[in-house]
Amino acid sequence: MKKEQIKDQESIQTSERQGMPRRDFFKLLGGGIIVFFRPWRVLDLFGMPAEQARSLPKDYNAFLHIAEDGTVTCFTGKIEMGQGIITSLPQMMADELNIPVERIKMIMGDTDLCPWDQGTWGSLSTRVFGQSMRAAAAEARGVLLDLGSTQLGVPVSQLEVRDGVITDTKDPKKTVSYAQLTKGTRIEKFLDVKPSMEDYTKFKSIGKSYNHSDATLKVTGEAKYAGDMKLPGMVFARILRPPSHAAKMTSVDYSGAEKIAGTKVVRDGDLVAVINESRDKADEAIVKIKAEYSFNELPVNDKTIYEYMLKADSNVTVVKSTGDLEAGEKLCEKTIESEFHDPYLAHVAVETHTALARLEGDKMTVWASTQSPFGLRDGITRELSLPAEKVRVITPFVGGGFGGKGEFQQGIEAAKLAKLTGKPVMLMWTREEEFFYDTFHPAGVVKIKSGIDKSGLIKLWDYNLYYSGTRGADAIYDIPNTKITHYSQKSGGSPVHQFGTGAWRAPNNNTNTFAREVQIDIMAAAAGIDPMEFRLKNLKDEKMIACLKAVADKFGYVPGKTRSGRGIGIACGIDAGSWVAHIAEVKVDKSTGKVKVVSIACAQDMGLCVNPEGATIQMEGCITMGLGYTLGEEVLFEGGKVLTHGLDTYNIPRFSWLPKIDTLILDRKDKPPQGGGEPAIIAIGAVVANAIFDATGIL
Amino acid sequence: MEETIKFQLNGKKTEAMIDPTQSLLWVLRDHFGLTGTKFGCGMGFCGACTVLIDNEPVRSCQLSVGDAAGKNVVTIEGLAINGKLHPVQEAFIKHDALQCGYCTPGMIMNAAGLLIKNPAPSVQEIKDGMENNLCRCGAHMRIIEAVQTASKEMKGGK
Repeated sequence: MKKEQIKDQESIQTSERQGMPRRDFFKLLGGGIIVFFRPWRVLDLFGMPAEQARSLPKDYNAFLHIAEDGTVTCFTGKIEMGQGIITSLPQMMADELNIPVERIKMIMGDTDLCPWDQGTWGSLSTRVFGQSMRAAAAEARGVLLDLGSTQLGVPVSQLEVRDGVITDTKDPKKTVSYAQLTKGTRIEKFLDVKPSMEDYTKFKSIGKSYNHSDATLKVTGEAKYAGDMKLPGMVFARILRPPSHAAKMTSVDYSGAEKIAGTKVVRDGDLVAVINESRDKADEAIVKIKAEYSFNELPVNDKTIYEYMLKADSNVTVVKSTGDLEAGEKLCEKTIESEFHDPYLAHVAVETHTALARLEGDKMTVWASTQSPFGLRDGITRELSLPAEKVRVITPFVGGGFGGKGEFQQGIEAAKLAKLTGKPVMLMWTREEEFFYDTFHPAGVVKIKSGIDKSGLIKLWDYNLYYSGTRGADAIYDIPNTKITHYSQKSGGSPVHQFGTGAWRAPNNNTNTFAREVQIDIMAAAAGIDPMEFRLKNLKDEKMIACLKAVADKFGYVPGKTRSGRGIGIACGIDAGSWVAHIAEVKVDKSTGKVKVVSIACAQDMGLCVNPEGATIQMEGCITMGLGYTLGEEVLFEGGKVLTHGLDTYNIPRFSWLPKIDTLILDRKDKPPQGGGEPAIIAIGAVVANAIFDATGIL
Repeated sequence: MEETIKFQLNGKKTEAMIDPTQSLLWVLRDHFGLTGTKFGCGMGFCGACTVLIDNEPVRSCQLSVGDAAGKNVVTIEGLAINGKLHPVQEAFIKHDALQCGYCTPGMIMNAAGLLIKNPAPSVQEIKDGMENNLCRCGAHMRIIEAVQTASKEMKGGK
């Protein structure tokens, strides 16, 4: 039995200590590999505590309103942050109501007007909310047809609807419009038997490409984000922040800040803030506050965190187990052990966390950049002891979220300050605050022991995941003996993560797909089999096989055993109900270790694709953003101090990084729609690492 | 200390009684209500606050309003002329070259400035010229295509 040890952490640490950018140190890794990830702190639809697992309303009136002029307003607690649902949700509603998409107006993320919603994340807007909304609209259409039937004295079976007008097919002069039937009022009739949603063969809008409906607003500067709101008497706030997550304030002197013209200092316990009508003056004042702190730092930093996790007293859960690992190992001709390290990552939406809060009488209204308007409403209700109906959260356009705006600390802070000062308070976090309070993608470790038999079939898969989450941790290949073990924070134990961590675009799946797919390539090389052939040989998942074949075709893939020197890599994975496969080509400068990603092709099976243009843009965005975690991004820290403060040192993708991107969406319009905002990012780390492996023989 | 600052703003003679040390970004946003110019980092690293001053793209967060005195300042709100969108704006719509839209005004202003200086940039020149404007959504590929299209529309490109 031959074992190949894939461990060489010393060289990684050395290169990091010297401050070498990640894209350079792939070459220096020897056998080791670095990955990325985090536990899903933001509420997950499927893992939500029972008391919070509320559901969408049953009354379709909560989703839509038909005005006297025939305009249909669609209400959703979801928000628009660039993912494009402001364009695609109307397409879905239009096809159920049989109206033109242009007639639909969107009201999004307003807690007084929209049906309760858990938040905009997890690629759930289309596959869960969208489907519920379609069902609601289908019932509304059924009711309108009933009402139309009564009005026209014609059976429903004899009616058809086009553009919101119900017509008697036998006497086309007999018509009545939705608007005439409802007269702008709420529809009081409901159906006992809910009608089915429209069949895909009848779609007029779904499946058709639409450009962003908000593009004109966004290219003219008219689109309003939370920070663009202004109210009479509004002041800007800046809050005093501790230097470390392990710091506690012992004394504070704000006499210096009060000398800055127009400045008022407000304090409520540990919350110390300055307000000023001028943002520049507030910036000037906040740095004049002198505070002392005591520190309770744990001895861990961005270099030692991986060892820290492996040694920690963890909560150990076997997530999944099949067959028998010992028996599996006996079947293997070769076994391979690898350890993957993944650093902390920041979200870096270009819009920082922002909120404007106003307390008028006993009603608190907050305009916030958040992925969770109802979560923020509940947070304010709790923190300020206000009844829920006295708190309204309004979400204008959100300037990027990626999971980071599932947290809404800034909204609660603004509300507290509005109450303390009696003025409308605008709080727009600085980039440094953003890097300090970001709920980072968590660092983590994956250890895998896997093995193949003589024919190149995988017989063993022992997967150990430390301090990341399990989304995407499934083996996906057809392996008889598997075990997936999760090591996580022990309740009451010393915290492993020294600051907040949370969901980062396709949370945890970037980590898990990286580890799995790189391990697959190491095994393919050990078996001496082309990595595409090796995958197809070990897969039974028809969707994955179809995606791999489609991307091979798109890329023009020519088989070649890994370490071919060509710099071509393959990776695939599953996220948010969608299947993706990628092929990448890289060029590696062997003298400097610099990697240039030349091209990436991606095939995606996302079920019914509502807006192909929008979905394609999301795939391109995923691929481009994914290059950041692959080649450049890492949050540095020492204990509770976050050492990465700004965009000068945190290396996100830029124009010069851009590869040629080719995308393909498989035609699956007979299947339910699945997620589109996240899947195509999950395999970017692996596909690039595998291409580097192919180019250099080094991971 | 407040003083009268005069400059050309979006084609109009403008004056304001204002502290000249205030940053141009916050004066544009808060005093003039021109909120299309965005705050992204306040340190000149992201480009979301880019405006044109005498046809040159600059980071308004790094400039005081006093520095703009006597100059010609154009923000995203002033790019369209008589309601007709600038070719760069049109091209961003055509290519769907945006997602969340927050970096978009800065991207457009920077691209407009780039095309004034170099009406027919190559793809490499576009990448070089746009390099320090950050987009997190990953609209880069389409932004490059949009700048190429705008260049052709403006008869810069062949």
